Amino acid sequence: MSDRAAVILISIGVLFDLLGCVGLIRLPDVYTRLQAATKCVTLGTCFILLGVAIWAFGVYRYPTGVKALICMAFVLVTSPTAAHALARGAYKAGVKMEGPPVCDEYAKEAER
Amino acid sequence: METFVWVAMGALMLCSFMCLVRIGRGPTAPDRTVAIDILGVILVGACALLVLISWRDFQLSIAIAWALLSFIGTIALGKYLEGKAFDE
Repeated sequence: MSDRAAVILISIGVLFDLLGCVGLIRLPDVYTRLQAATKCVTLGTCFILLGVAIWAFGVYRYPTGVKALICMAFVLVTSPTAAHALARGAYKAGVKMEGPPVCDEYAKEAER
Repeated sequence: METFVWVAMGALMLCSFMCLVRIGRGPTAPDRTVAIDILGVILVGACALLVLISWRDFQLSIAIAWALLSFIGTIALGKYLEGKAFDE
């Protein structure tokens, strides 16, 4: 039973990882690539780790499951933070967006 | 179960190959940095998948350490792109 749940969760996670990486290849500029890849890959990796944790609890390996949950918490906290720092760094490095931006808060801040 | 894990591992290797393509092709430095960050997160997932085959949990310790090191490296690269030192 826990085997089946783990297989389903890991399949969902790998699917999200693949879609995020296709976004990383196909989208036109840094910011769109960043949002597609970061959101999809963070969710996918969290699903994989959740599947591993459920498998480990199912075969009575509690320390392994707790380690997987801790790793999931780390990924869930650190990956969006790193993406935010990267987006800010890319803007400050002067990378242009593809087409006119719909909303550009940094430019408004600079005008003020 | 083992066959499933190897198929999932192959899909993750395909993902990391796409990241490597973006690292090679990316026109600007931030493109490459984004791809390096994503590569780290994908390899954390791959390390976690190895536990299902080997039934040992030191790979999860490697995954935790890798997640934290990848985070610190990405923050440092972001600060570098912004043109500041690490402690500003």
